[in-house]
Parts: sequence; C-alpha cells; structure tokens
Amino acid sequence: MDITPLLLSLKIASIATITVAFIGITAARVITRSSFPGKRVLESVLLLPLVLPPTVVGFGLLYLFGRNGPIGKLLLNLFDVQIVFTWVGAVIAAAVVAFPLMYQSAAASFSNYDRNIENAALTMGASKWRVFWTISFPLAWPGLLAGLVLTFARALGEFGATLMVAGFIPNRTETIPLAIYFAVESGETDTAVFWVISILIIGFLAILWLNWWSGRNILRFTNDQ
Amino acid sequence: MLSLNIQKRLKNFTLQIQLKAVGEIVVLTGPSGAGKTTILNCIAGLSQPDSGQILLNGRSLFQEGKKPLPVNKRRIGYLFQDYALFPHMTVWGNIKYGMKNEQLTKDLMEVAGIAHLLQDYPQQISGGEKQRVALVRALATEPEALLLDEPFSSLDSQTKMECRNELLRLHALWNIPILLVTHDKEEAKMLGNRILQIENGRFL
Repeated sequence: MDITPLLLSLKIASIATITVAFIGITAARVITRSSFPGKRVLESVLLLPLVLPPTVVGFGLLYLFGRNGPIGKLLLNLFDVQIVFTWVGAVIAAAVVAFPLMYQSAAASFSNYDRNIENAALTMGASKWRVFWTISFPLAWPGLLAGLVLTFARALGEFGATLMVAGFIPNRTETIPLAIYFAVESGETDTAVFWVISILIIGFLAILWLNWWSGRNILRFTNDQ
Repeated sequence: MLSLNIQKRLKNFTLQIQLKAVGEIVVLTGPSGAGKTTILNCIAGLSQPDSGQILLNGRSLFQEGKKPLPVNKRRIGYLFQDYALFPHMTVWGNIKYGMKNEQLTKDLMEVAGIAHLLQDYPQQISGGEKQRVALVRALATEPEALLLDEPFSSLDSQTKMECRNELLRLHALWNIPILLVTHDKEEAKMLGNRILQIENGRFL
C-alpha cells in the first residue's frame, strides 16, 4: 500500500494548523480586546467559511489564486510561483476552511477568565508581552488546545475546497479524503476501506486525547477545597 | 503625594474629581455607579480621563494632551474586588510575580500570616487568605500608592475585622497614600483618615 496520501495529509494539515494557529490566535486576541466600528461585520466575515459549502470557499480561492486571479497573477509575475494545483494550494484551502474553528476557540478562551487578572499583572509592573505569555496564554491554553485539535482534524478531513484548488494529482495533491473518493470512483474498494479506517483512527484518537487532556485540566483548575 | 484633578464623561454624568493625598487612608464612599471604581481605574491607568492631570510624587501619570504613562510604569498597587489572583500560580508564584525585594516580601508575609500558604493554589485557600495574599502581592511591588476596591466585601464579619486591622498595621509601616472604595459606613469610619462621599461623579 502506498502511504503517500497519509504523509501528504499529515504535512498539509500540520502546516495549515500552524498557520491558522498563529493567525487565528493573534486575530482573536486583537479583535476581542478592542472595539471599533464594523467589529461584528469583520467577525462574521472571519467565521463565514464555517457556514459556506467548501466548494464555495474553493471557488473563491480559485478565483483569487488562479493564473488570472488578482493574487495568483501577482505571485506568478513577481516570483514565478503557482499555487493552484500544488500542495500549497491544498494547505491554503485547508487553512481557510479550518480557520473559524481556531478563531472561535481562541476568542472564547480569551474572554473566559476575569480581565482583572491581566490588569493586576499590569499594575504589578509586567509588560504587555510578559502578561500575554505568563497570564493570558496559560489561562487560555485549554481552549486554545481544543481549537488546535479541531483545526487539525478539520484540515485533515478537508475535501471540497481542496479538490477545487489543488485538484487530484496522485503523489502531489492526493490527500486521504481525495484518495477515498477517487478509490471508490474507480472501484478500488479495498484502498478506500483502508483510508477510511486510517482516518477514523486518527480522528478518534485526536478527540479521545483531547477529552482526556481537557478533563484532567478542568480538574486542576477547579480544585476547590 | 498623590494628586489628581480629572474630568471624565460617563454615561449619565461627568466625573469631576479633585483630590490630594499624602500618607493617609482616603475612603471613597457612595452609591453604586457613582464613579468610585472609575476614579481608581483612572489612577491605575486602566482607563483614561478626558482631561485634567494626575501626579504621583512629582511624576506625571496623566496629563491632558500627552500620552498617559502606561499601567506597568505607574508604580501603583491595585487590589481588585475579587482579588484577581493568578489561578494557575501558587501563592508564592503570585507574590513573586512583581516582587522587588525578597526579604521585605518575606517580612510582609510574616506580618500578614500567610507564610504557610506559599505552595497552595488560590483555589485552595479561604477568602480572608486570598485577601491577604492579594494585599501582600500588591505591596511586594513596592508601590507608591495603593488602591483598594471594596477589598473586604466578600468576607465574613470576623475575617473582615482581622483584615481591616491588618491593613491599618501595614499602612503604619508603609505610610503611602491609600485610596479605598467601600459601601460600608462602619468600615469607612474605622479605616479612613478622611472620608469622601461621592455622588454622580462629584464629592459632596
């Protein structure tokens, strides 16, 4: 059995998760801590991929990153780089589709504890940077981790947008969900079953671990006498 | 010396406050929503007045038209109503977070009677103990002024008395201006060198 789809899926989902974690946590932190006109509109736009069919997201990305799209054209002219029909395209598709999960988890985590805990640290002379890393981040961490796992799982399972942006190119953009679809299409049931079971196991382990871990952490934080 | 002369537009009225405090305990009292906490927040730098100025020992904390001094540079201790202890750190972790001098802090902990709690987490100690930890934590940063927002409101009457006495003892040692917000008339009388009644953003 060729395990390229597994490796490719893990690579794409990992890179997408890291990217989304960085952007999602930063955006959630900045947006939840400030008030400006249009905040609700901006948040709605950020959460849009959650409610749109992935094919719509894929269509949008294809329009932006295609050879004639505004970003695609720019990348082609400046760096001679093409995103569409490459694994990078798959990363972008997975990242955009999974982004709302990270953003929502992070936004909830940062509003889940008393603001005065951060204020107290500030009055004690700590810089904003120190307050973030020693207070905000550890307090938000259980929720952030949940967001990370959900993002990774969503990115791993991404199909519709990936197919439209990255296409199905064996060994290059053939992630597990795509491999399943095209195995069924061509009657290779054994291959399809193998990948179905693989992704079931990965997804189940991720959720199981998360539940175990967060259960343990909630216990630690609510250890009332 | 802490001196402020500030104006800030709030929802239903304009806060207009003039106040000077040397090493004394000034009690701010008045109905809810009168602007008491807003005054403390303006001094700490958590919110900004619209105009006026705030000075602490000759340093300008806020001056109309200039960039206000950041919260972490003000050297003002702030005891929040619910203490705002860091739940993921032990008592010692909380206290040493902004500590300036370890020996002085250890003396403080002895005076406050919390030296035996150092390894406990805030969730594991009583309300009165939390209050003392928060007080020591604020004083360990060696502030030049101390703000207390209804610091004893969630304590039972016995613990309340102990903690008030504690504050008086610590104040006698430290002698910095203390601004204390309370609803409690008896508390105001017991602690305040001066009691200021505030209503709709002005002193009566």
